[in-house]
Order: sequence, then C-alpha cells, then structure tokens
Amino acid sequence: MIRALLTRELKLAARIGGGAELGLMFFLILVAVIPFAIGPESRILAKLAPAILWIAALLATLLGLDRFFQADEDDGILDLFLMSNTPLELLILVKAFAHWLVTGLPLALAAPLFGLMLSLEPALMPSLVLTLLIGTPTLTLIGMIGAALTVTLRKGGMLLSVLILPFTIPALIFGVAAVNSDAVFNVPLLFLAAIALTMLVIAPVASAAALRLGRE
Amino acid sequence: MKALYSLANPALFIKVSWWLLPPLWVATLVSFGAGLYMSLVVAPADYQQGETVRIMFIHVPSAWLALLCYSAMTLSALGTLIFRHPLADVAQKAAAPLGAGFTAICLVTGSIWGKPTWGTWWEWDARLTSMLILLLIYFGIIALWRAIEEPNKAARAVAILTLVGAVNIPIIKFSVDWWYTLHQPASIMRLGGSAIHSTILQPLLVMGLAYFLLFTTLLLVRMRAELDERKIRRIRLLAAQEN
Repeated sequence: MIRALLTRELKLAARIGGGAELGLMFFLILVAVIPFAIGPESRILAKLAPAILWIAALLATLLGLDRFFQADEDDGILDLFLMSNTPLELLILVKAFAHWLVTGLPLALAAPLFGLMLSLEPALMPSLVLTLLIGTPTLTLIGMIGAALTVTLRKGGMLLSVLILPFTIPALIFGVAAVNSDAVFNVPLLFLAAIALTMLVIAPVASAAALRLGRE
Repeated sequence: MKALYSLANPALFIKVSWWLLPPLWVATLVSFGAGLYMSLVVAPADYQQGETVRIMFIHVPSAWLALLCYSAMTLSALGTLIFRHPLADVAQKAAAPLGAGFTAICLVTGSIWGKPTWGTWWEWDARLTSMLILLLIYFGIIALWRAIEEPNKAARAVAILTLVGAVNIPIIKFSVDWWYTLHQPASIMRLGGSAIHSTILQPLLVMGLAYFLLFTTLLLVRMRAELDERKIRRIRLLAAQEN
C-alpha cells in the first residue's frame, strides 16, 4: 500500500507537468529576479545569498502546497485513505515524502549552482546543501498542516500562506544561521534538525486530525 | 463537577452571564480608574526615562493578556476537540479578536515607548518581534474562522491550528531570542536590571487586574453575541428550508 502510494504520487508529479523541473525553474527565476532589486554588486549578494536561497526555497515549497490534498479530495482518494487499514497519519507522511522528493530534494541538490550565481563563498556550499536537505522537508511538513486545514476551501492559497508562514520562522532562523556558521555541523544545524524531528511528529498527527474532522 | 457541567449548558450560560455582566463592568471600570490613577499620578517618574515610563503600565499588562488569551484559546481548543463542547467553540471564537487586540495594543504602545527610549518607532527587538509573530498567528486564526462557513467545522479546524500554535509559540519565542542575541545591536538602552520597586509593582498589578477583568467582560459579551448569531443562523436555515 505504502509503496503503491509512493509510486502513484511520483508518477502523478511526473505526468501532470510541473514536477521537479517546474520547482527548479521557479527557484531559478526567483534567484534571477532578486539581483535586479538588490543590484549586481557581488559583495552584497554574497552576504545575502543564504537568506535569498532560503526564502526562495520557502516560496517554492509553499507554492504548490494548496494543491497538496485538493486533487485527492476531488477524486475521492481521500475517502479511500480514511477507510484504509493503514493509518491516515502514515499515508499522508508518504505523500509528504513524495512531495519532498519532487520539490525539496531537487532544490537542495541544485542550491550550490544557484549559490554560485549569487557568489556565495564556496566554503559555505556543503552547509547550504545540508541545511536545505533538513529544512525543505520541515517546510513541507509544516505546509501540509495548512493544506489539510484549507482542503475544503476553494481559494486556499493565500490563506495557507497566512496560516503557516509564522510557523516556518524558527526553521528559517536556524537554517540561515547554520549556513553562515563556520563549521558544517554547528549548533543552529542541530536546532534545525530538532525542529525537523518535532515537525515529523506533529505534522502528520495534526494534518490527519484536520482531514478527519473536516469531513464529519 | 456536575454543577460545573450544567453551567456549561449554553442556555444556562446566557442566564448566568446576564447576571454576571453588570458587576463585571463595574469592577472593570473601578479597577481601571484605580489603576490609571495609581500609574499616572501616584507612581514616581523614572529618573532616566522621566514620565515616558508610565507607558509601561499600559504596555506590560497587554502583553500578559495577549499570552493569557492564547492559553485560554488553547484550553477551549482542547474542549472543542475532546469534549465536543459547544461553549468551547464559542469561547474560542470570541477570544481570538480579543487576543489580537491586546497584542496590537502591546505592539503600538511598545512602539510609542520605543520612540523616546530607543529613538526609533520600530526596533527588531526580540520581545517586540515575538509579539509581532503572535499577532500574525492571531490573524491566521481569525482568517481561518472567516474562511470556513459552517461553525462546527470551522471550530475544529481552528482548534487544530490553535494547538499547533501552542506547541510552536515556545519554539518561535526561543528561536527569536536566539536570533536576537546573534544580531544584537550594541547600543540599546536596557530597561530594568534591578528588581522592580513596589511603587511601580503595585500600579502594574492593579492595571493587570483591570485588563483581566476587561478581558473576562468582553469575552462574555462576545460569547453571548456569538450564541445569538448562531441562533439567527439556525433560524434562517430553517426558514430557507421551509420556503
């Protein structure tokens, strides 16, 4: 069941256009637009690069999230999830994992390239990738709660951002701080990992509760 | 315990709150009068900040109430999710704009206080920033209330969001404090330091009581209004079905 769901999610992402490539394109466009606002001076860009890349990752993750449960709600898959013997919490965790595989993971892996464009110091690249590898699943998990709460609403996109952006602040703070630290394995990175683990517990439970209560 | 349960019956709540409200209004006004007199006239001016320190008597209790209100909403959210209690829904909904209001008062007075002491209207100070994020969370909760039309569904969705917030607020508070010490500007005048003197503590506590009474009174008023609104909604639905 779990493997079937994972393949289904990945196939859907690949076939209904806008899987990994679209996310990367969005990321690229954000990175390309920002120097027009800030100016081409590489010293300033290098200083702001970790923040820019993190904000871009945050926006890229958020953007697709209002559709996270919507299609499943429309075609009735969610009802099957609810009736299934496998706990709903686990099923939506698989969905979140699939979502991360096609949005967060490519972003994290491609981040050094975008870092180069923003003249990020090469020494900071490993920690940039590492923080995004830990940070993007955290953002997906937090976003999943918002997606579950707004699934029955027709226009949930803006509301979703208003609901969950405050909760992404700790990940943002520690993520950017971890990139800027000297060592690769530093204190902010540990805090970021702690937040990721906390969300791994809270998000499936809260989202499953929201989905169940929403359809009584 | 049984008496407590029967008190939670909406019909009885309307009756009891009708009797409670007039004395609560009087107590609120009296304590505000006493608190304002103590803090604006009796309390001494600060030797460094002069008269501006009196803003504190408005500012600090509103921060207390902003947090207290969120705690009350968390308890109501548990009441909604675990006991499916109709009054818990109503209390949750009634409390959210009040909490947002107290948080906004805290931010505005903080900003007004910041102008003479820090020299700027807004400073990315750890405490101000945390309060700003709390305000954003309150806005999110209010927005979710408005987005979902059916009151029971809205109450459950908001209850989950409130609980997620209750887990996250300490994490956010901690991370903002950490962020602030990382970026701390060098020349901000720190307040306090020494223990609070009783001439300041007494008016502060009286103002705290006044704010608390105001919160309780407004909460009851809003809960009654919300119950009436639901009654109207039901009547309208029934009327629509008959036509």
